[in-house]
Amino acid sequence: MREKILMFIEKNSRIDLKELAVMLGVDEVMVANELEIMEQEGIICGYHTMIDWSKTSTEKVTALIEVRVTPQRGQGFDNVAERIYKYPEVQSVYLISGGFDLMVILEGKTLRQVSQFVSDKLSTLEPVLSTATHFILKKYKEHGTVLCTGESDERMLVTP
Amino acid sequence: MRNPLSDKVVEIKPSGIRKFFDIVSEMKDAISLGVGEPDFDTPWHIRDEGIYALERGKTFYTSNAGLMELRQEIAAYLKRRIQTEYDPKSEILITVGGSEAIDLALRAMINPGDEVLIPQPSYVSYLPCAVLADAVPVVIDLKEENQFRLTKAELLSHITPKSKILVLPFPNNPTGAIMEQRDLEEIAQVVIDHDLFVISDEIYAELSYKEEHVSIASLPGMKERTVLINGFSKAYAMTGWRLGYACAPKLIMEQMTKIHQFAIMCAPTNSQYAAVEALRNGDEDVAMMRESYNQRRRYLLHRFQEMGLQCFEPYGAFYVFPCIKEFGMTSEEFATRFLQEEKVAVVPGTAFGDCGEGFLRISYAYSLENLKVALGRLERFIEKLRNEKN
Ligand SMILES: Cc1ncc(COP(=O)(O)O)c(C=O)c1O
Repeated sequence: MREKILMFIEKNSRIDLKELAVMLGVDEVMVANELEIMEQEGIICGYHTMIDWSKTSTEKVTALIEVRVTPQRGQGFDNVAERIYKYPEVQSVYLISGGFDLMVILEGKTLRQVSQFVSDKLSTLEPVLSTATHFILKKYKEHGTVLCTGESDERMLVTP
Repeated sequence: MRNPLSDKVVEIKPSGIRKFFDIVSEMKDAISLGVGEPDFDTPWHIRDEGIYALERGKTFYTSNAGLMELRQEIAAYLKRRIQTEYDPKSEILITVGGSEAIDLALRAMINPGDEVLIPQPSYVSYLPCAVLADAVPVVIDLKEENQFRLTKAELLSHITPKSKILVLPFPNNPTGAIMEQRDLEEIAQVVIDHDLFVISDEIYAELSYKEEHVSIASLPGMKERTVLINGFSKAYAMTGWRLGYACAPKLIMEQMTKIHQFAIMCAPTNSQYAAVEALRNGDEDVAMMRESYNQRRRYLLHRFQEMGLQCFEPYGAFYVFPCIKEFGMTSEEFATRFLQEEKVAVVPGTAFGDCGEGFLRISYAYSLENLKVALGRLERFIEKLRNEKN
């Protein structure tokens, strides 16, 4: 049941609890309880809203930054990662396999702001060996949702 | 000039859906609960395989019976899902949708005057196809009090010495009814006792919400009496690919393949390649879609309950079949007024047989948002009707 609840609210967290319970064929109180427990357990970490900022007048730039670091004795990558993720403008930090170590996703108001963060804050961290910054030019799909096209129902109105 | 037409064809009534389609298509900005196909797009990995087949130049005919690779996948699938073994070489035929398979089965088995038992409400093509094959269709009216299942007594009371074929349309379009194992066992006994054959249209088999679908072909003594029909349209959201299949004993299959060979040649080649991918790697997609339909099904039934609209609980396909007898009008009147006054298209139950009178087919192959809007309008409409009556 948990998985079904999670799969549903991952796509639509604004669903009315009663409706969700009806659709899953269970009691409303049970759904409410499960949600509360999953919040407490940190399984549900928040209820965010997906926004396509490019359709607004607010300017935003997003960059993916590959970071190579020297792991530190006794702490591996965790300490560096923390020093990076504490910055509020940092959206995500992942430790990854492959040619570099950390993937940092950064959001800023302007290109300059992002570049400044990279040169002033990120590259100056002692364990950081190098960075490569990629600016996002267009978002096609985010969180499983296609952003660039409006899809319409192609079906005829009545069919057998 | 002589009359260029065949009397037999002219006498066949055009589908009731067609009539309604014409009304709807003149209506601007109508929304619909009237479709008989999934709202999902074909899963991308399946589409990709179809594209890839074209890129690789798979643009030629396949063998008449269809790609061996696909027939083997179907055999494996049926063994896995309904525990029935079919020989891919001689017992499986790939067709242009389940539609073609229905036509072939009837034509291959009927002699003029043979009676075909057709439970209704049911899919629109059984009856005309039977007539085109020179059969005499014998309609069995299914009843809401039996949850629109076919009962042994109903079947028995329609059997005559001329009865040859029983069409078994479950999970059912338009009612959403299913037949469970014990229901099928009773029917199978009658079929065997009266030496009948069954055309079992199981195109909605994957969309069963109560328990796993049971095929009548899997019951003892039934495989040799059954033409099983299935396809990719509903389970994999592939209606436009036009691909289905029939499984039958070699004796029947040889004759079906003969008609197919002359009338069709082979099913679309790139669709066949896509279907191989569907069967190999599509189980998760099917499960995801089934779960989603099931959620909407529960939501719809709950909303009907809130509105006080009577509806038996269907466990299959993606239709509900609410009863509108309380409003004292025909299904067609109801559907027409609903369309004109609230701009929502639903299909009158009578499009699927006379005994569909007093019912509507409402499809839940729509997004939840869509369903909510349409049901809001239905609620307003029936309140208005109830007020009119008082
Ligand atoms: C019960 C039933 N059988 C067969 C078909 C034919 O499907 P297809 O020819 O797309 O496989 C349909 C389509 O609506 C159906 O509802």
